[in-house]
Amino acid sequence: MTDVVTRFFPNLYRDSVALMQLSARLARLPGVAQASAQMATRANLELMKSAGVLDSVPEPRPNDIFLVLSGEADAVDDALRTAAGWLDEKAARGDEEAQQEPLRSIQMAIERAGANEGETEGQAANLALISTPGDYAAAEAMKALRLGLNVMIFSDNVSVEAEVALKRYARERNLLVMGPDCGTSIINGIPLAFANVVKRGDIGLIGASGTGLQQVSCLIDHYGGGITHAIGTGGHDLSAAVGGLTMLTAFEQLAGDPATRVIVLVSKPPAAVVAETLLRAAQHCGKPVVVCFLGASADSIRAFALTPADTLEDAARQAVRLSPSASAMAGADAPEASDRAQRARRLAAQLRPEQRHLRGLYTGGTFCYEAVLMLQEALPGLRSNTPAGSVGRIADVWTSHSDTLLDLGDDEFTRGRPHPMIDPGLRNERLLAEAADPGVAIVLLDFVLGYGAHPDPAGQIVPALRAARQAASQAGRTVLFIGHVCGTDGDPQGLSEQCQTLAAAGVELAASNAGAVALCRAVLEAARAPRSGD
Amino acid sequence: MSAKPVPALTQQPLSVINIGLSGFGQTIRDCGGSACDLRWQPPAEGDAEAGWALARLIADERIDAANRTAYGRYLASQPVLTGVGVAGDVIPGMSGRIILHSGPPIAWPDMCGPQQGAILGAVLFEAWASDIGAARRLIESGEVRLEPCHHHAAVGPMAGIISPSMPVWIVSNTAGGNVAYCNMNEGLGRVLRFGANDAEVIDRLRWMAKTLAPTLALIIDELGGLDLKPLMAQALHMGDEVHNRNVAASMLLLRKLSTAGLRSTRLERGALAETLSFIAANDHFFLNLSMAACKAMLDAAQGVPHSTLLTAMARNGVEFGIRLAGSDDWFTAPAPFVDGLFFPGYGPADAARDLGDSAITETAGVGGFAMAASPAIVQFVGGSARDALANTRRMLHVTLGQNGAFTLPALDFTGTPAGIDARRVLDSGIRPVINTGIAHKEAGVGQVGAGITHAPLACFAKAVLAVARNLPEEN
Repeated sequence: MTDVVTRFFPNLYRDSVALMQLSARLARLPGVAQASAQMATRANLELMKSAGVLDSVPEPRPNDIFLVLSGEADAVDDALRTAAGWLDEKAARGDEEAQQEPLRSIQMAIERAGANEGETEGQAANLALISTPGDYAAAEAMKALRLGLNVMIFSDNVSVEAEVALKRYARERNLLVMGPDCGTSIINGIPLAFANVVKRGDIGLIGASGTGLQQVSCLIDHYGGGITHAIGTGGHDLSAAVGGLTMLTAFEQLAGDPATRVIVLVSKPPAAVVAETLLRAAQHCGKPVVVCFLGASADSIRAFALTPADTLEDAARQAVRLSPSASAMAGADAPEASDRAQRARRLAAQLRPEQRHLRGLYTGGTFCYEAVLMLQEALPGLRSNTPAGSVGRIADVWTSHSDTLLDLGDDEFTRGRPHPMIDPGLRNERLLAEAADPGVAIVLLDFVLGYGAHPDPAGQIVPALRAARQAASQAGRTVLFIGHVCGTDGDPQGLSEQCQTLAAAGVELAASNAGAVALCRAVLEAARAPRSGD
Repeated sequence: MSAKPVPALTQQPLSVINIGLSGFGQTIRDCGGSACDLRWQPPAEGDAEAGWALARLIADERIDAANRTAYGRYLASQPVLTGVGVAGDVIPGMSGRIILHSGPPIAWPDMCGPQQGAILGAVLFEAWASDIGAARRLIESGEVRLEPCHHHAAVGPMAGIISPSMPVWIVSNTAGGNVAYCNMNEGLGRVLRFGANDAEVIDRLRWMAKTLAPTLALIIDELGGLDLKPLMAQALHMGDEVHNRNVAASMLLLRKLSTAGLRSTRLERGALAETLSFIAANDHFFLNLSMAACKAMLDAAQGVPHSTLLTAMARNGVEFGIRLAGSDDWFTAPAPFVDGLFFPGYGPADAARDLGDSAITETAGVGGFAMAASPAIVQFVGGSARDALANTRRMLHVTLGQNGAFTLPALDFTGTPAGIDARRVLDSGIRPVINTGIAHKEAGVGQVGAGITHAPLACFAKAVLAVARNLPEEN
């Protein structure tokens, strides 16, 4: 039932805008069909009539507010009371501080910082860290460069054309473009994106691989060395199309950095023409340079009078050996290698004869790649989704082949899901499946710590490990779990705590990925050799 | 372009702008570094092609130099009311049967109701047809040219209709030599600019041509011209923003005109009284002069190649268009609806899309950009005085500078944000704010409300793409 009520509010002036506002608020109340408030001048009242709000024009009372409400009877009564309340209300709104506009663009951020210069003694912005969706990352990077900033692009899916355009622009201006698809960097001790807390020192790193850089920097820390900067270039930088533009600039910057005494380059082997340019630059920089081009021949490095390293661990060890401030500590970890054969025999003894195969479930792509290279000769049937050397690509990543190494961070696994470094629990299901295979001797694992990674990767896997061991034990088998933790005690997760958790859950740990892979190789060799006492 | 020597990043303490995952910024701060997180959204509403084109125009020295030139001319302009004339006599290109309208170019069948109604009214006013039906047939025959005011150094509020016999304000930029024109304000209610075209409307227009305009011409002659910038500046200090609130400016104008008129011996008393009464009854009388002044300021900046400075924002009730100082092209998008309050009996369903050339005021750094001067305006959208200040401050992020000629008491007498850079709009996603009236979508009903709207970003994406296309490759 629709009701129409009218009311004068005597001797109350509000300007027309305030009254339109009042009308609009009243009209929004439930059950109110229409609300009109006006100063009750003749003109206004006639206007209301011609607009159909009033049937007849009452006597004008120009100093009063005239309110017309229509709608459900109860609602109209309520609205009338509400209107009276609002008209009575004091206008005071409090003296809240004027809000600052959120920073919506790089330019705004630079200008805001400039405007605040007097108040804060902050350094002007010099790096844009970009983790937007890939479609927009190149544009943000270009803006940053044009505004004089260096850039780190965590985002992937940036076109090669855009990468080249960005890097050419930057190269002419001595600006760094770290990325696209750059997962980690450490600049002046500050970790960017996925990075570990590593002691400062005199070793400078440049890497096309994020986990490669993390491994080398953590092991340097472990061996008693420290780093100046770790500069990620992104995985495509050393392709022929991009030409290593970032690595060249980074190299020049570290060569010119007085704090950096040793330089380490970490990458898959670059395109030939790029390797030539890089190694020539390294040859003449006046500082010792360790080159870890995973899978490249040592002679090709030595030809330029540079120090080759065949694994990430080796790169870290060589760098510490060359570091004037840390060399005394180098080699402190050597016992692991000498104990390996004995440890392998002990582990192999737990296996049944049909348990002959290795399954690697990696969260770090470079670890998987390094493992493939290290095992290609020992395991001729090895397949992987990071094929290298003589190892072929696995046909179906969802079905393991006899010996299989998988990078679970690969696109096929991460589409629509987080990266396993962020959510390592995602590999638990696969771990159970591999351990249930009667032919499997070893499941090889990695655990990556640091900022950006899961807060407790070890804890995430413990239930799956327990379940897998129990299932194997019921089947009369023991499955070996071998792995390494990439991290430092300075990391938020704590290297020691993570190692303790894993060891308690029965994981055989090595200090590096190369160490873990070497242990696997030794175990499989021992298991395949005729056993004494058989 | 030669490379500037830049110190290596490795030799500086790190200071980061974090764009994307906020956790990365937190890590940096947790480790003792400096990082600020952007409130980032994909620029250009996610149009990656426009976003990339924009990125390559940021900090382009050729564009920056062009903008300095164009902005400098805008700042230096001195709009002076020099007279009143008949459109056909004074506006360039007004010979023959032609009617000017607001906004970007639009064909007759595509026009909104109020604009069509107003054009038919103008035909009757010109006596090119004897009734509405005949007027419509004449227009449909294509014998009357319909062109944007902006193509003739002119502007008009709402439907923005100027026909050859209509009187117009003549505003000269004495610093640049260009001249701008605007029609005269008829008042509220049933008026031509809202599409009304009945006898009362046509009679009023005839009176304006016959009595108002000649009277004003004599008064202005008596005054020897009137500097408009100081008058607008004074009005900003009195609560106007000289777009949607012109009470103070209209009174200041009336003060000038009445004293000069009363001084004059050439004026007939009856006509003077009618003229002054007409002006006194209209709170918006000054709007059309404000618009002409703004048009004169911005036309001074027109014609600087590669400039991304906006020289016009205009709407025809169907499309919203912008123009840049670097070209004469229009870049358009569908005209938005206005967020606002409605007069009794009307609501959003009655509203036409945003209409009129009056956003020339915002383009020139007043109107919505000077909202801090006019807190009453924000009440149209339920805002507070604080919101008015915030609106003005927000516009500082899309402008090249501040116009010291127009100061804002509430912001410590700093100048209004002025000189909209299309790049900055697209980059920040901050859309220029516009205070405006709301027309009824049907011809002749009139104004049904008022409120605030924003320029659509799609115009700016098109503009930036065009600038990028026309800019030679850097080398």
